[in-house]
Amino acid sequence: MHASTPNIVFHAEGVTKTYQMGEVQVHALRGVDLELYESEFVVLLGASGSGKSTLLNILGGLDIPTSGTVGYKDHDLTVYKDSVLTRYRREHVGFVFQFYNLIPSLTARENVALVTEISTNPLVPEEALELVGLGERLDHFPAQMSGGEQQRVAIARAIAKRPDVLLCDEPTGALDLKTGIVVLEAIERVNRELGTTTVVITHNVDIAQMADRVIRLRDGRIISDEANPDRKAPSELSW
Amino acid sequence: MNALNRKLWRDLVNLRGQAFAIAAVMASGFACYIMFLSTLDSLQLSRELYYRDYRFAEIFAPLKRAPESVRQRIADIKGVEKVDTRIVAPVTIDIEGFPDPVTGVVTSIPDSGDPLLNRIYLRSGRLVEVGRSDEVVISEPFAEAHGFQPGDKLHIIIRGKRKQLRIVGIGGSPEYIHQLRPGAVFPDHERFGILWMARTPLSHAYDLEGAFNSVALTLSRGANAQDVIDRLDMILKPYGTTGAFVRDDQASHKFLSQELQQLDNMSGLFPIIFLGVAAFLLNVVVTRLVGTQREQIASLKAFGYDNLAIAIHYLKMIMLIVFAGILMGIAVGAWLGVELSEIYVELFRLPFLNFVMQPSRVIQAASFTLVAGLLGTLAAVRMAVKLKPAESMRPEAPAEYRQTFIEALGLKRLLSAPARMILRHISHKPFKSALSVLGIAFACAILMTGRFQEDTITFMMDVHYGLSERDDISLAFSEPTSYKALAELRSLPGVEYGEAVRAVPARLVYQHRSYRAYISGYEPNAEIKRLVNTDLKPVSLPRSGIVLNEYLAKEILGIRPGDLLTVEVLEGSQPVRQIPVVSLVRQDLGVGAYMDIGALNRLMQEGNAISGAYLYIDDSRKNEIFERLKERPRIVGTAVREQDIRNFHRTMDETMLFWTFVATLFAGVIAVGIVYNSARITLTERSHELASLRVLGFTRGEISYILLGELAVLTLLAIPLGLLLGNVLCGYIAASLDNELYRVPLILAPHTYAFATTVILVSATISGLLVRRRLDHLDLIEVLKTKE
Repeated sequence: MHASTPNIVFHAEGVTKTYQMGEVQVHALRGVDLELYESEFVVLLGASGSGKSTLLNILGGLDIPTSGTVGYKDHDLTVYKDSVLTRYRREHVGFVFQFYNLIPSLTARENVALVTEISTNPLVPEEALELVGLGERLDHFPAQMSGGEQQRVAIARAIAKRPDVLLCDEPTGALDLKTGIVVLEAIERVNRELGTTTVVITHNVDIAQMADRVIRLRDGRIISDEANPDRKAPSELSW
Repeated sequence: MNALNRKLWRDLVNLRGQAFAIAAVMASGFACYIMFLSTLDSLQLSRELYYRDYRFAEIFAPLKRAPESVRQRIADIKGVEKVDTRIVAPVTIDIEGFPDPVTGVVTSIPDSGDPLLNRIYLRSGRLVEVGRSDEVVISEPFAEAHGFQPGDKLHIIIRGKRKQLRIVGIGGSPEYIHQLRPGAVFPDHERFGILWMARTPLSHAYDLEGAFNSVALTLSRGANAQDVIDRLDMILKPYGTTGAFVRDDQASHKFLSQELQQLDNMSGLFPIIFLGVAAFLLNVVVTRLVGTQREQIASLKAFGYDNLAIAIHYLKMIMLIVFAGILMGIAVGAWLGVELSEIYVELFRLPFLNFVMQPSRVIQAASFTLVAGLLGTLAAVRMAVKLKPAESMRPEAPAEYRQTFIEALGLKRLLSAPARMILRHISHKPFKSALSVLGIAFACAILMTGRFQEDTITFMMDVHYGLSERDDISLAFSEPTSYKALAELRSLPGVEYGEAVRAVPARLVYQHRSYRAYISGYEPNAEIKRLVNTDLKPVSLPRSGIVLNEYLAKEILGIRPGDLLTVEVLEGSQPVRQIPVVSLVRQDLGVGAYMDIGALNRLMQEGNAISGAYLYIDDSRKNEIFERLKERPRIVGTAVREQDIRNFHRTMDETMLFWTFVATLFAGVIAVGIVYNSARITLTERSHELASLRVLGFTRGEISYILLGELAVLTLLAIPLGLLLGNVLCGYIAASLDNELYRVPLILAPHTYAFATTVILVSATISGLLVRRRLDHLDLIEVLKTKE
């Protein structure tokens, strides 16, 4: 944890989320209390269905809780007002998804440009791609890149707007070890060099070793919240 | 170009097949609109120009005989601009090597050639020259029908005298654009001709030296037509006028106006249907297309793109497609417009065509199209952006499939797993399925409109000629004559039976409405000419009172059986009488008023006169009869029924053929467009599922069955609905086509249903095959790599 900067950026209290999947009611979150600090690297650990993606979506302004309070700095994230949440995402949040969600009809550079074009103080797309080690693949379409490369484009796209928080949903979930590590290095580098508060959700326990703090979820509740004083570099990880 | 626009462009390239199909559907609607309206505008403009440049008169008055000195009195009427007095003479025409009876009308032109009003448009040759008494100018359709060229000769029989004439020119005049033998329903240019001769020789031949029997005039600006008519009638009354009338009652103009009005009705109808259906389909297709981009929309939203930006993005995409459709539509519409205009110019016998495509029409249609596209896109985008991004990125909940109705009935055992998939998928999204079904059904309905007119016309002809007008030959006398004439005709060798008719021109007045028509007097229990009631059963004429056809009574005069009709006879002593309307009869072609011939003659106070006859003849002695008839000077009009029917078919065939072609083309495009798009979108939506099945070991054929089977079911559901819709649509069209010339009953022959069904099935099959090709190239690995 960066003890010198204990500013709280996210504050969540009593967050629950229930949604309807077909005919089934899913209780994704059953009362979550949470604080996240500026510049810290947090890993949310949990099995599939533990509620971690739901929590991330709520933090990112993609969804709102059924009950409880969530705030980012002075933004209230519990009211679904599309224009407000859209602005919040545009100005503060960078997303990385498990399945990259690149626009298939745009090249790497253009996928990044898609975001930089609507940001006020972005990196230039080339710079962002350089940061994730893809300076050479600027004009490739998603279909012409490997999964790891696509995910790194997604990271470049997420950080190019210099977000205040970077939210990554299983960023290595679809990747093998080696490419996974390259992707994690890219995320770590962004956290380190730009000081972006970073939240990575994963079910992979090993990735937790590179975090400042590890939060475990099960059945929609936080079951542990531990600082990790011995933060490892991604290259030291294996799974 | 920014990244979003690049995405737009590349998406369009990727979707080119679907985009083209959508554009083609729009283009069909658009082209239909442009075709009809540019044809209408062009014909109206061409007619206006013709009327203006060739000085079509505004008021006409026929009379028996007036000295030329009366002309000045007419010219002095307040409001009259130019006056032309002429001689108009009915003649029999004798053409070498053509045995059939040919009649015609000779109109005088000044000895020096060019008349003041109703000028002659010369196609070839020249007008008559001073001092040449045997020169004649003939109408173009008549010349064409017989292959006449300037220099050729023909004979006319006028007032019983035979006269040889030399053709010097071929042309037409605005007065005789539509050339119809009096009493005929359809033009027959082979057996009826319009001729123009110099005044002096015609006056000698017709015994009207120094006199005239017809007046044409134009009005000065702001003149009151009715005042002029009243004055004119007063002046001409001693000279046997049957009453002056305005252009609207002039035969050629009236017919042409009715036809244009008809075209106008069609133009208001078909294009709206086409454009409406196209817009509906656009809406459906766009909604589904944008639906397939749900995840991309979610991503864009996650990055912070707002709804407006996303909506604009998709709007641009659809607008590009719509614009492509509009451009295609303009091109196709202009092409078909020229074709259709030319058919009509030929049909209406306008001498020239000024084709116009008015920008305002294009703008109208384009706005309509754009708005349709706009609404479709907005609805689709709204649906897509309404979802919270997290929701749309979350895998869609397993769809709530249920056992279908058919399975619930216990037929489950009969259905294979793929068949169940098909049924459940259709019933899973009933609204979406219903829209596809409706779209295909519309295409089917449009196809029927292309064919139903033919069925209807065949039916009308069967009724008209099979039940009502059953004569082989009909004859008209130059003036009322005695029953002896009929007896003479009956005694001609080859004539099997004959009936008399008395036709009297009259103004029929009821309350504030009036109509000029002929009252036909038929013999009691007539065999040849019969009237039929609404059930198509022959009815006999009452001994007294008058019988009207339904359209004349209900639509024109607003009179009911039992009411008193005021009849102002325009011939002879011109009596005015109140006559009760006894009953109404069905008559699909033309309008008519009928009386017992005895009652009519009593009304006329003329004794037993007849003005025409209907004959049954022995067909093998036809030419012999024709020869004999030519010798009879008082016979001025002869019609051969068989020929009437043939003429009619010739007239209709071309327009019908064209319309069937256009409707089939457009409906085919619409059918392919909707089926292809449905298939492509279903493919996108279900490629994962289908690829999974392939991985599990299903063959290409088996997965094609699942996808195409769904389309087949939708198509099969659509056809009966389409046939039903088509029935309604045709009924609506039929009702809106009614006018004085004809009433269109709704008749749909089995082959029309078969035709529509076949085209839809073929279109669906073609679309299926196109999609099937894509199914063969399904990339299993790629599909499975993406998230479930």
